[in-house]
Amino acid sequence: MRDAPRRLYADPGLPDRVFRGVARGGGGLVLAVMLLVGGFLLYRAWQALSRAGWSFLTTEAWEPDAGRFGIAAVLVGTVLIALVAVAVAVPLAVGGALYISEYAPPRLRRTLISVVDLMAAVPSVVYGLWGLFFFEGQILPTARWIATYLGWIPLFRVDGADPSDPLAPESVYTSSTLVAGVVVALMVAPIACSVMREVFSQAPAGEREGAYALGATRWGMIRSVVLPFGKGGMIGGTMLGLGRALGETIGVYLIISPVFEIQWHVVQSGASSVAALIALRYGEASEFGMSALMAAGLALFLMTLVVNFAASSIVARSRSGAASE
Amino acid sequence: MTIAPERPAATAERAVPVGERQRSPTLLRATDVYALLGAAAAALSITWLLFARLLPFSGTIGFLAVAYGLFLALYALLVSFDESGPAVRDRLAAVVVQSLGLVMVVALGFVVVFTLWEGRKALPHLNFFTQDMAEAGPLDPLSAGGILHAILGTLEQITVALALTVPTGMVCAVFLNEVPGRFARFVRTVVEAMTALPSIVAGLFVYATVILALGFDRSGLAASLALAVMMLPIIIRAADVVIRLVPGTLREASYALGTSRWRTVWHVVLPTARSGLTTSVILGTARGIGETSPVLLTAGFTAEINGDPLSGPQVSLPLATFEFVKSPEPTMIARGFGTAAVLMALVLVLFVVARVIGGRGPGRLTRRQEHRRVQASRRDAERFAARSGRAAPRDTPMDTRSE
Repeated sequence: MRDAPRRLYADPGLPDRVFRGVARGGGGLVLAVMLLVGGFLLYRAWQALSRAGWSFLTTEAWEPDAGRFGIAAVLVGTVLIALVAVAVAVPLAVGGALYISEYAPPRLRRTLISVVDLMAAVPSVVYGLWGLFFFEGQILPTARWIATYLGWIPLFRVDGADPSDPLAPESVYTSSTLVAGVVVALMVAPIACSVMREVFSQAPAGEREGAYALGATRWGMIRSVVLPFGKGGMIGGTMLGLGRALGETIGVYLIISPVFEIQWHVVQSGASSVAALIALRYGEASEFGMSALMAAGLALFLMTLVVNFAASSIVARSRSGAASE
Repeated sequence: MTIAPERPAATAERAVPVGERQRSPTLLRATDVYALLGAAAAALSITWLLFARLLPFSGTIGFLAVAYGLFLALYALLVSFDESGPAVRDRLAAVVVQSLGLVMVVALGFVVVFTLWEGRKALPHLNFFTQDMAEAGPLDPLSAGGILHAILGTLEQITVALALTVPTGMVCAVFLNEVPGRFARFVRTVVEAMTALPSIVAGLFVYATVILALGFDRSGLAASLALAVMMLPIIIRAADVVIRLVPGTLREASYALGTSRWRTVWHVVLPTARSGLTTSVILGTARGIGETSPVLLTAGFTAEINGDPLSGPQVSLPLATFEFVKSPEPTMIARGFGTAAVLMALVLVLFVVARVIGGRGPGRLTRRQEHRRVQASRRDAERFAARSGRAAPRDTPMDTRSE
């Protein structure tokens, strides 16, 4: 008993205790707000989820007051738009990031970094305007070409299009998943590019020089040093862009004409997304309709959550991740 | 990993020691230029022939795509006349990477220029900035009505949102770094998770709680709350990263002098991270200002100036843009583009301010700050010298109490 180690205690003093209390209080407040948001979403969504059960995931229609509602159509639409966006944005982002970190003259480099970062801060409604008033008209011939020559691939088929009739109405090609996807792609490309550029520029100079010393061309050096080193950052940047694309509202809402059936044809008019569904239906929703919208919002949140966490864990585990925090 | 724009400017470039700087092995020879020009000319001619004479193709995008594919093939062919396999691949990769980078910057730049161009009809009218839309209908010319109500609304909403998020966010970021422990780790994970919250869901949350459940009207305050819910995790995340960049040695030095925790935070950590913290707040603001969807659900819509955030609908710039372009009238659409241009200008100003303030690592000073510090330290030295001259040197010249 007498040999028990003495308990060491340092009195931090009153100001320090107050500081710790305030800091803890701030952390607790933020935690409370965040849990309140999550908990409230879950609580309100529960009403709709318990009524719909598993059919919430398989029903395509959205008529909560008639008891027929589900997120099959909007979820597929959201994922399709995000996938189109990622398919367009990732090559642009990788190319842009490689150009800035490897090819651009040093003086231009700093300007380009600022420009890309600034682009990432441009409000999404601006991209939506561009898509609605400019891009949709420009893509029509290309959409028609895709539907005509690649229409045998189910993804590119357009129902109601008649390639042999040159005067056929072109409205079957507007407001499509493709247009929304490209608009979202421009939105997320700078974000992904910024992450990738950061990681590429941290590839160790010694290894670069080693590759050159072994006689590699510049592309050989990029392929054997920069890209393997930056793999984590590339995947992380892509996932980050994907998370942003999934949650994008206004750019998509301005462009698509919503349909409530699973629409696989990306070139055909009619698309849907969870965020656009909420923006479209929140005003007229009844008590139960709000609950159903909450459930849809919760599903969207869960999806972006999974994508974001996957992104950060991939980046943290990769070699380049330690520095890309 | 933070979302790109929220990240404070990288210190990586400065951190690289001078001997390890990245070298640029660029070498441009005349033959390369000839091959590029030749391939480009040939590709354009062949594509023109295809589109205008031979095949039933049309459309600008299709033209560019075909021309680009042909250009790559022809360029590879030309280079392969006097280079071997790896060199051809190197040239081709260089061209592809540079053109992808170019496409990205040009496409993004075009989005901005397009908005300014379409807004050119609305922007020169002075009344666009000094009036609201109360008196102007959709059919009125651009010389009547303006977006003053939206500008005021945006400024008010973002101010209230910042007043809510900045103190909370900063305290939370300090907590995450300075009071480490299991609780801090848990809070960090939750904050990280909430950065994934789609902005429309933040709006939906405030709509369901404040407006439906508590029975308040749609107002500027509700919009500010929605923006705050959205911005809070973003700002905490960015501030957390910035505070983590403060060198541990500075903290240790402060503790070694016997300073208490809060004095270390107040006099060492926060001043060191000040520029980065300012940048993170400004970039979070830029993000919040541009969000439409939370405001769409919570602010309501009005054509009049409403200075009172507590009652009545209050419109903001992104929401006004959205409502303007829903109209089929060309003047309304021009107003929408003008509003978007004003919004972009606001974001640009915030961004430039962030770059001027931030853009340097923790502890790195501008020349003027450095000068000021040198002066202060010189004054201290003089003061010490004067004191030591006045009183004989004592054993304990400084107060070593540890608060």
